[in-house]
Amino acid sequence: MGTAKVTCARCAVGGERYVGTVKDVAIVGGGVVGCAIARELSRYRLDVCLFEREVEVGFGTSKANSGIIHAGHHTTPGTLKADLVWRGNRLWRDLSDDLGFGFLQNGDLTVAFNEEELQTIEEIEEIGVQRGVTGLELWGPDRIHRKEPNVSRDALGALLGPTAAVVNPYEACFALIDDAVDNGLDLRVGAGVDDIEVEGDHLVVFAEGDRTPVRAVINAAGLFADRVSRMVGLDDLVIGARRGEEYLLDRRLAGIVEHTIFPCPTPTSKGVLVIPTFDGTIMVGPTADPVDDKEDLSTTTEGGDQVFERARRLVPGISERDCIAEFAGLRAIAPDDDFVIGPTSVPGFFNVAGIQSPGLTAAPAIAELVVGLLTTSGLDLDPKPELVTPAPRPVRVSELTVPELEMLAFRDCRYAHVVCRCELVTEGEIADAIDRGARSLDGLKFRTRAGMGRCQGGFCTSRCMQLLADAQDVPLSDVTKRGPGSWIVREREEVV
Amino acid sequence: MTGLSVRYDVVIVGGGPAGMSAAIGALEAGADRLLIVDREIEVGGILNQCIHNGFGLHHFGEELTGPEYASRLLEELVGHEIDIATDSYVLDVDALRTVTIASPSTGITRVQAGAVVLAMGARERTRGAIRIPGTRPAGVMTAGLAQKFVNQLGYLPGRRAVILGSGDIGLIMARRLALEDIEVPGVFELMPHANGLTRNIVQCLHDFDIPLHLSTTVVGIEGRDRVEAVTVAPVDDQLQPDLSRTERIECDTLLVSIGLIPENELSAKLGLRLDPTTGGPIVSSTMETSRDGVFAAGNVVHIHDLVDFVSEEALLAGRCAGEFATGSARPADNIHLVPGANVASIVPHTISSDREHTVYLRVRRSMERSWLRLGDVYEKRLRYVVPAEMVSLKVRPRFLEHFHGDSLRIDIEPRDEQGDE
Repeated sequence: MGTAKVTCARCAVGGERYVGTVKDVAIVGGGVVGCAIARELSRYRLDVCLFEREVEVGFGTSKANSGIIHAGHHTTPGTLKADLVWRGNRLWRDLSDDLGFGFLQNGDLTVAFNEEELQTIEEIEEIGVQRGVTGLELWGPDRIHRKEPNVSRDALGALLGPTAAVVNPYEACFALIDDAVDNGLDLRVGAGVDDIEVEGDHLVVFAEGDRTPVRAVINAAGLFADRVSRMVGLDDLVIGARRGEEYLLDRRLAGIVEHTIFPCPTPTSKGVLVIPTFDGTIMVGPTADPVDDKEDLSTTTEGGDQVFERARRLVPGISERDCIAEFAGLRAIAPDDDFVIGPTSVPGFFNVAGIQSPGLTAAPAIAELVVGLLTTSGLDLDPKPELVTPAPRPVRVSELTVPELEMLAFRDCRYAHVVCRCELVTEGEIADAIDRGARSLDGLKFRTRAGMGRCQGGFCTSRCMQLLADAQDVPLSDVTKRGPGSWIVREREEVV
Repeated sequence: MTGLSVRYDVVIVGGGPAGMSAAIGALEAGADRLLIVDREIEVGGILNQCIHNGFGLHHFGEELTGPEYASRLLEELVGHEIDIATDSYVLDVDALRTVTIASPSTGITRVQAGAVVLAMGARERTRGAIRIPGTRPAGVMTAGLAQKFVNQLGYLPGRRAVILGSGDIGLIMARRLALEDIEVPGVFELMPHANGLTRNIVQCLHDFDIPLHLSTTVVGIEGRDRVEAVTVAPVDDQLQPDLSRTERIECDTLLVSIGLIPENELSAKLGLRLDPTTGGPIVSSTMETSRDGVFAAGNVVHIHDLVDFVSEEALLAGRCAGEFATGSARPADNIHLVPGANVASIVPHTISSDREHTVYLRVRRSMERSWLRLGDVYEKRLRYVVPAEMVSLKVRPRFLEHFHGDSLRIDIEPRDEQGDE
């Protein structure tokens, strides 16, 4: 295994990438799980690459995640999910400190409306305590109404999980992958894996015409993990899709609740939640509907009606009128509803599949588990002596005070040039996001929030497109919403 | 421009027709240190992308295009020493009327305003506001954004476009796309009546053979990366779609033209009282908001159908702001106007009995023949009132000579033919 210096455009320090003719590990799938694994592996002297079929990481199921870092008391005991969720919760905290992405420990509140539900939340508390979840508290109606005056007056009791938090799932993906790349990860986006072959003592990954020999493959392909596993002849993994619709509300409602509000869970679902997102907006959802088509990201009238009706039961002040955007995500579901993580009968091929809720929370714990699996399988994991210092969190002008902004704008006038007015995003932030790898309008949106506010890009879309087009030196017609096929405008065909 | 002064008589937020007209008004009132702040690289606002004609018949007495209308206003400002900060954005206006401005050329600057005129205009309602079910591909955009692409940036939004909503921008864009050889299979309107001006229905749809389907809406969007089709369905009296009668229309673009929302972020930050019906600030007859010295005009107050009326309203706001800044403010209002039967909104919200006022109303539903009644002091006959067209009423001091109350209700009631002719 040789080494090559990879110069990082930002820090110019250069992470060391360990390059051999046969790579050590290929991760298939750049969702939050793949990103967390990539980041963990980038800490070792390994030659690692990650294949993502979308144009940027986190663009599949992860971007549609609710963003909740669960405390862990809601997860069914006796599952692999339950083993990883509390550890994941702890690790996210550290990751956010190390990598500087947003993490807000707002706590969650599971609300009971009748005697039966009161009993259920007591049982959940017990499960949590056994699992080591700290700080759980049962609240009576007075406490609920004092702390959360907008929660329904019909609430009889609630369970507080103070360690629950919220992140922006896409921001977390970008932070993880940026750090992995700085430390030598070979990131291949827009590179869907077409086939994997067993060749002697190693595997060969075929993607977009490239042939990549590797010692180990981590199948973190989410909804398509079954397809990837069939590539090496494993037919036993079946992944289904369960759709969740989420509805994002106007910033006007910011602060209506502080905690993430859960209804009392049923055996099959955590139910519809009222979520204060990291960015201060309110999101309601998700639904949980099994669907056959793994590309079916449609929202439905019934889904929306259900979400608002149920959200209103928890917080009566929530209304459809405040909806500014809706979206759907597909959870990857393995048949027994648990995570499927481990080696397979094909040497070097590992599944990290069926990662549904609380998959975001568990992701860093999953990454640790994968490192353990690779070690057990005989891969030599030798920590790098030195890691590249993580890049600072991108500036968010909307979070600055006027004097802070004044200083920043004095140094770089692009930070005084407002591009997105609803979310107050400046040209400086857009340029920084492009430097960090944004290559589509959605990539800009998820990195900077430009276009995510109440006018939904009505004002900034053309400006963001122009900045992307200028950076890539292409016409506006080559700028896409999220990769090939998602063109936004076309050129006029000149009639001579 | 080189730099901003520390103090201005009037700072105007927004350089569209309302902002420029307000500046003209302020000059007329004798205020001469003026600043207009606009976020685009040139003033004119949305007029700059409205290259069609039909503007100015009332205000200039001739038919102009949007850019022509804007340049007429700008010409009236040329020669006066007013500052125009373009590519600039007002971050904040505080209660003491200190205005914080961000601009790539001047950085972050604070200026002190004698009076402020809010003229930020409106934004378009989006797909999310009406929760259209389906996927989220590229190709779903507001009609105004499509207009910007076509008219200002020189790009086309697609090849075959369905338009949802019969607001004026949607109608204008139906014609604009047809002129660019983009197929428009239809304009679909949820309500049983069109939402745009009658002349636009005729000139933009009828003249181009574009069908308008009333009481019909989009109930589905298909396509992963780019729009592939939409599904439409008729709606019942309660506006609920009948999903047994859907029709699938192949297209690569869906333009939504489903209304405008006054842009009041700054107003909300300033703590102005807002009217939940108009979505804009509550204003007096001088167009002053609930904060002293902060005036508002144009679409930021209520959505207008004609720019000409925006100019009228903004000239008044500018004059009054100028008077406020130079210390010659008018006496306060003494009469509240209260929306009554079939009146959705009234602007201004108060008037005074000593001056003439133009009051703008919007009706809730169409009426062929009606009475407009101002309390019991005045009534007049109206013909064909529709929600899409604003009704204006001149309230003259003589109507109020014998009125001593503090509020007047305005009703628009049906008028039967025999009883009143």
